[in-house]
Amino acid sequence: MPELLAPIAGNVWKILVAVGDKVELDDELVILEALKMETPIYCDDAGTVTEIKVKEGDAVNEDDVLIVID
Amino acid sequence: MFDILKELIFSSGAVSLTGGNLVMWLVSFVLLYLAIKKQYEPLLLLPIAFGILIVNLPLTFLMEPEHGLIWFFYHYGIEMDIIPPLIFLGLGAMIDFGPLIANPKTMLLGAGAQAGLYVTFFAAVLFGFDLQEAGSIAIIGGADGPTTIYLTSKLAPHLLGATAVSAYAYMALVPIIQPPMMKLLTSEHERKIVMTKLRPVSRLQKICFPIVTGMTIMLVVPPAAPLISMLMLGNLFKESGVVERLTNASANELMNIVTIFLGLSIGATMTATTFLNPKVLFIFFLGLFAFVISTAAGLLMAKFMNLFLKNKINPLIGAAGVSAVPMAARCVHKVGSEANRRNYLLMHAMGPNVAGVIGTVVAAAILLKNLG
Repeated sequence: MPELLAPIAGNVWKILVAVGDKVELDDELVILEALKMETPIYCDDAGTVTEIKVKEGDAVNEDDVLIVID
Repeated sequence: MFDILKELIFSSGAVSLTGGNLVMWLVSFVLLYLAIKKQYEPLLLLPIAFGILIVNLPLTFLMEPEHGLIWFFYHYGIEMDIIPPLIFLGLGAMIDFGPLIANPKTMLLGAGAQAGLYVTFFAAVLFGFDLQEAGSIAIIGGADGPTTIYLTSKLAPHLLGATAVSAYAYMALVPIIQPPMMKLLTSEHERKIVMTKLRPVSRLQKICFPIVTGMTIMLVVPPAAPLISMLMLGNLFKESGVVERLTNASANELMNIVTIFLGLSIGATMTATTFLNPKVLFIFFLGLFAFVISTAAGLLMAKFMNLFLKNKINPLIGAAGVSAVPMAARCVHKVGSEANRRNYLLMHAMGPNVAGVIGTVVAAAILLKNLG
């Protein structure tokens, strides 16, 4: 099951999808905030969001799982 | 009755106003606008702008030596070199040397970007500034406010307002000045380079870094000690993990308090007589020149390193070798992600960025040693 990982450490600023949403390659799924800058994280695989592991405001480390896609 | 009125008018500041004062009010209002409306470095620009305004109100004597309120702030804070090292204490408590420890070769980028300083130093001398003035102007290229203030207050205090304001201005203008340079000096292909992941850095390494680096720098260039010692102490507070209260006090309360006195004092050095001088305009120009050359030197240094590296670095991170933390790193990240949206250069750029802070301090210490 593909997972979307955090490419950099930061805080979860916005989650742009919900469980059950269909997503395409290159869709913007999450916006992380690091050093006061918003960094959009793009989808690597097409599929359906099955689980969102974080909520807005969470601090995440590099390589933490953000979203699971089926 | 008429006499009292006359007396009131003639003892008021209004009659002593000069055209220069009015121009400085205008400068102050422009800076207030930029700070409040545009939010360019408002934490500094706002007190600076207000400082400019109040010293250009005649007969207030706020900057009168031994008497004026702001003169005391200036004298104890800046002339005696207390505030810039305290800012560095807070900066140390905020910055993470992890990316630099993980990728130590980025230290070269932080050093390479200081080339602009030396080029500008000679340019300023050619244009007729004396050596001390030239040193103070050149350091603007490092885009480091506290270091610029520290050096200028020792070498050429009469230029303090101009060099400090231009250093902070170019820090705020990083997102406007750097991207065109970055695009000019790198190819689309180079900007797309995704860098290998940074290795994890242990707590022990992070604790040893400020101690070992601090000792080394202070042994080699002792005049760097006031700034470097405080920077490394702040960082040791943070990385030790056992003095959270001291870390927070350095990074927040103390930093905020000294920022007020710093901004106000810098603004207050800008009276009409010292500031409205063709030299000052020229300082802004030379400062910009220094900053542009430093950015270019960092980029070219990165490209040069790539000739020898198997794992290529993205040359954009060279632009973060100027010490505007974290503006320059942010800017690198943004330009990198424009070329390749899956390129996350932020942490890679923080390495040269924090190295740039150290590089600028060392450059300032060398200038101080030779010119002071």
